[in-house]
Amino acid sequence: MYRYDEFDAAIVRERVDQFRGQVSRRLDGTLLEDEFKPLRLQNGVYLQLHAYMLRVAIPYGQLDPAKLRRLADIAERYDRGYGHFTTRQNIQFNWVGLKDIPDVLQSLSEVEMHAIQTSGNCIRNVTSDHFAGAAQDEVMDPRPWCEIIRQWSTFHPEFAFLPRKFKIAVTAAEDDRAAIRVHDIGLHIRRRDGQIGFEVHVGGGQGRTPVIATKLNDFVPETELLDYLEAIMRVYNRFGRRDNKYKARIKILVTETGADEFRRLVDTEYAAQTDAEKIALPQAEIDRIHAYFAPPDLTRKPARSQILETAQAANPAFQRWIRVNLHPHKQAGYASITISLKPIGGLAGDATTAQMRVVAKLAEEYGHDDIRVTHAQNLVLPHVALDDLPALYADLDGAGLATANEGLVTDMIVCPGLDYCNLANARSIPIGQDIQQTFADPDYQEDIGRLHINISGCINACGHHHVGHIGILGVDRKGEEFYQISLGGRADHHAAIGDIAGRALSREEVPDAIKRIIDTYRDLRTSAAEPFIETLNRLGHTPFKEAIYAAD
Amino acid sequence: MPLIKNGCVVDNEWTFIDDSTDPDGTGLVTVSLPRYLQDVTHERTRNVTLGVRLTPSDDPDLLLPHLDHLPLIEIEFPKYTDGRGYSLAQILRRRHGYTGELRAVGHVLRDQILYMNRSGFDAFETARADLSQVLEALSEHSAYYQPAADGHPTVFARRHLRPD
Repeated sequence: MYRYDEFDAAIVRERVDQFRGQVSRRLDGTLLEDEFKPLRLQNGVYLQLHAYMLRVAIPYGQLDPAKLRRLADIAERYDRGYGHFTTRQNIQFNWVGLKDIPDVLQSLSEVEMHAIQTSGNCIRNVTSDHFAGAAQDEVMDPRPWCEIIRQWSTFHPEFAFLPRKFKIAVTAAEDDRAAIRVHDIGLHIRRRDGQIGFEVHVGGGQGRTPVIATKLNDFVPETELLDYLEAIMRVYNRFGRRDNKYKARIKILVTETGADEFRRLVDTEYAAQTDAEKIALPQAEIDRIHAYFAPPDLTRKPARSQILETAQAANPAFQRWIRVNLHPHKQAGYASITISLKPIGGLAGDATTAQMRVVAKLAEEYGHDDIRVTHAQNLVLPHVALDDLPALYADLDGAGLATANEGLVTDMIVCPGLDYCNLANARSIPIGQDIQQTFADPDYQEDIGRLHINISGCINACGHHHVGHIGILGVDRKGEEFYQISLGGRADHHAAIGDIAGRALSREEVPDAIKRIIDTYRDLRTSAAEPFIETLNRLGHTPFKEAIYAAD
Repeated sequence: MPLIKNGCVVDNEWTFIDDSTDPDGTGLVTVSLPRYLQDVTHERTRNVTLGVRLTPSDDPDLLLPHLDHLPLIEIEFPKYTDGRGYSLAQILRRRHGYTGELRAVGHVLRDQILYMNRSGFDAFETARADLSQVLEALSEHSAYYQPAADGHPTVFARRHLRPD
């Protein structure tokens, strides 16, 4: 993974000092809360329902054991013994005192971490494919370009006060696991005639007005990427709406301007760049950053592992975990494995300090020091030898980390909801737990197969309900919580926004309604090999809507 | 309001005249962009030195024919969270090579001054930061990743300039 040189280290260290000064000026009253707010937000500090929340950046979701251990230490010392991994591959601590935050940032800086631009109206943490560098279907490892974008966007003086927040995602794989079409800018790395370039999508997003991104450019050569991004950012910064925060995202600018006119504006701005304005990233610098992401030194191994097969035969639970949580690796004899943070009845994305330390140790022992956070709020060890899987599983199981549900119905994205968030209209966590209980039987979930249920406690859509195959949105009706079901959303390369099925349901009605949708699917699918979303697309939504309201 | 320019407190010799006021007499005045474009070639301006005050939605390209003899461009920040002024400044400095004074006016606060300076501002009209605070703000960072109007070499470039 990337390691800081003296420049990166100085920039982060100076930021800690700068923020320490800002906090002390806030605490002594020199800085007004209104003036402090954007400053603290640009350092990931939110004022939540109960306390300050600190969101720590995990660039493109990559950690190593030292970083994860430090997060565990922070959770133990400054929070309540756990952290919450987010849909943007970051981690949040919900109970940190404002006066302690400079010390937390200091501690993070010692392991090359920070909270820079994890909030605020600026360019946020760049996200990517959690299997980057290991996936069979990628044209290259996208992380070097994520790192280049991270550096370019860090403290960019022109784009620190954008109309609204700005999220960039990068994938290099045919199967889009980074949800690039629901980001402000989505980049798909392509190879054309031996050259690397970027297919650029712009103006996707969720929130109140969900939009699937428009393809802005088929192929921007890699050497021009940052200059092209500058052109998009400048058009957005100058012309994005600032009169209404709900209309300030770039998706609204693209929609209201029209895709063709928006493209013309970007092309004009890009063409107007003089040589003096170009970023002129030296080739040596591109090469330097790529070198940090060289594949780990994986010993050659046969494609099949006798150790693995013997262990599978002896332990059905292990066998299931292998079937469900394993993802093929580009090198024979290895796999990427998902560590589910969605145990039945747990809190989606939460990990205790003990669990973080177990994962750190296992990454050292079996995982070439590489750990990823997924946008579905799980962890991944991307490079594990098949021979090591039985031992790995045993340790994970001992830590409560061996839930076999990656991509299944109980692997839900769930926002913190009314239990934690001051924006929410309804609780999300208990609804998610009710649904998990309904489908807790592992045979049942595995029979259902791949199905994403996403739950948001309000229209800001942090739980990605618009792009869940089944989406659930909490709404408030005269002080009572209701839940609106949508069908057919997806975040992958066939990205789509779900359609609202009909009237909202009470909390008690939701689990049975979801069960009726899913049992309808099981009745109507051509075979167990046809996933829910395919059956839904083949037959249309009507039979599933009828199932939701069948109890009426 | 105090004016800080190039690291010093200086007297503000300029006056902004809004569009409803007639510019009479002589002196140093800034006016809105539409009025500037109208008055710059006008008889009445002979005894007046004109500068211009841009609002965030103005098109800085319209100043292109006049940049060589413009002594002052003010860019207004109606609210410090309105970041359009940074883009205007970068365009004027980096694209159009403007070398006169570029002054931030309006809601100018200590913690935005570093970004303003990087974007090309060399003067700050602010009641919310004194000279020592401005100097402190300008020295908070020693390295920058991206190029900007301050001409500071980027980290991307500096990494490869070191004699190894």
